[in-house]
Amino acid sequence: MAIVELRDVHKTFTIAVRKGRIRRERRLVHAVDGVSLTVEAGAMVGYIGPNGAGKSTTIKMLTGILVPSRGRVQVDGLDPNRERVAVARRIGVLFGQRTQLWWDLPLGDSFTLLRHIYRVPEDRFEQNLSTFRELLALDELLPIPVRQLSLGQRMRGELAAVLLHDPTVLFLDEPTIGLDPVSKEAVRSFLTELNRTRHTTVLLTTHDLVDVERLCERLVIIDHGRVIEDSTVASIKARYGRERTLVVDLETPGPALDIDGAEVVKVDGPRQWLRFRRDQLTATALLERVAARAAVRDLSVEEPAIDDIVRAIYRGENAPED
Amino acid sequence: MADVATEMAAYRRLVGARMRADFQYRTSFVLFLVSQTLVSGLDLAVILVLFSRVQHLAGWSVAEVALLYGFAAFGFGIADVFVSQVEMASRHIKAGTFDLFLLRPVGALVHLCASEFALRRVGRSVQPAIVTVIALTQVHVAWTPVKVALVPVTILSSAVIFGCVWVVTSSLAFWTVETQEIANSFTYGGMTLSQYPVDLFATWLRRLVVFVVPLAFTSVLPASYLLDKPIPLGLPRWTALLSPAVAAVLVVVARSVWTLAVRHYRSTGS
Repeated sequence: MAIVELRDVHKTFTIAVRKGRIRRERRLVHAVDGVSLTVEAGAMVGYIGPNGAGKSTTIKMLTGILVPSRGRVQVDGLDPNRERVAVARRIGVLFGQRTQLWWDLPLGDSFTLLRHIYRVPEDRFEQNLSTFRELLALDELLPIPVRQLSLGQRMRGELAAVLLHDPTVLFLDEPTIGLDPVSKEAVRSFLTELNRTRHTTVLLTTHDLVDVERLCERLVIIDHGRVIEDSTVASIKARYGRERTLVVDLETPGPALDIDGAEVVKVDGPRQWLRFRRDQLTATALLERVAARAAVRDLSVEEPAIDDIVRAIYRGENAPED
Repeated sequence: MADVATEMAAYRRLVGARMRADFQYRTSFVLFLVSQTLVSGLDLAVILVLFSRVQHLAGWSVAEVALLYGFAAFGFGIADVFVSQVEMASRHIKAGTFDLFLLRPVGALVHLCASEFALRRVGRSVQPAIVTVIALTQVHVAWTPVKVALVPVTILSSAVIFGCVWVVTSSLAFWTVETQEIANSFTYGGMTLSQYPVDLFATWLRRLVVFVVPLAFTSVLPASYLLDKPIPLGLPRWTALLSPAVAAVLVVVARSVWTLAVRHYRSTGS
């Protein structure tokens, strides 16, 4: 069942551009330019793109903050603009760069306030709170005013805060931005757990592709307000990441090997990096060719990093032709 | 409208949270409360200075003008406590933090006004309330049941009218970001205007405050009725009793303008 649906959605802004001292010119900016996207219930989808691609604008239309210029938006069967309050009860929204907690009050007070604002039944609230206290290690944070929390601590608090009312869909706009590796990991494993146990649908924007690799099966890439790629992470890797690298440690250091079907991209003492295309050669076949030329002590195969692939897609490089 | 109770409950909680947060800065709270109370006396001081030179102002005695002042300033003070926070919309729009008010299952206006609630503003109503009571004991009124009811009804209507003016002028911030000055001239300027008998003004201004921005309904029209004075602009007597109706119409107008404005919200990048 589709729980999030965008059909040919556009968002156009008029901006005034200064031309000379006083004269201004109005210019149209197509922040989102015909996005269609469906997210099934229970899915975790990565929504990525370079800065200014239209990610946040899309999230803001889905959450009822912005009204689309054209097209249809539906969340859990409702229109987020016409039925904003009803949609607000069903969704959780986290903006990594902005707090939704009460800055001057203890973290625990924010939770109690949200319970009343969302009218969460008492027992359900207690149940959720105790789950999140454990999963996010919130116990000692509850009495501390939010402004005194570290970013990592606060983000754990924000996550609990947007989930207390059992939303069916969670929109996360850069949830790991600015976090240290340990805090990032805490956020990721929490989200995995949440999706596993509660089947919460998650739409996530991020610049950290490790988030996507760890959390999402599906990846939607947007640029200049249009979807330029929408498929599983595995298939994107398979299509774009045809080149793998075999790393071999030879018994004795030597010059770069000259092997048919592979290219040495780096030599460091006895270690050599051989790049090859997976559709032309298997790693085993290549290893046989290497072994025929030199004694191999150790080896490993490097898969293309998602970062490199996505960078290539942003740059507009097409998938290699079949 | 079944959600009015929910909205009220959310409102109370949000106001409570805000007050607890403000309480962390106690000294600042006390200083503000005192300054607000003192500043609100300045308008009255101007009136008293005027009357030290003249006996009457367009046929109104000092006690009568003080009553006008009381009606306008008391109503204004109540609106200041509950609605004036809508002014903060422009600041939130600039910072992009207005998003938050649209994310929760509470009306954005209620949410904004509750979140920016400032108890210290109560200071503005204290002195006008006292002035209203004193003025009422000093003026000559041939009391009738209608006139008795007119006093609280006028003050409440006055609060609602000023509140609506606040909402409408603050809504402009959704279209163009620098609107504070225009908004202030209608709210604070309007309040000052309402403290004087309208007959002092040119006819176009009299018409403006009766028919366009109906500030005359906050003070001078009901006060004219109360004091058996001729109704400004030669209007029939019953029109002076229309303040609640005018307030109700303005609520509908303000609601529509606000809704339209929020649909115009553009947020900020990222």
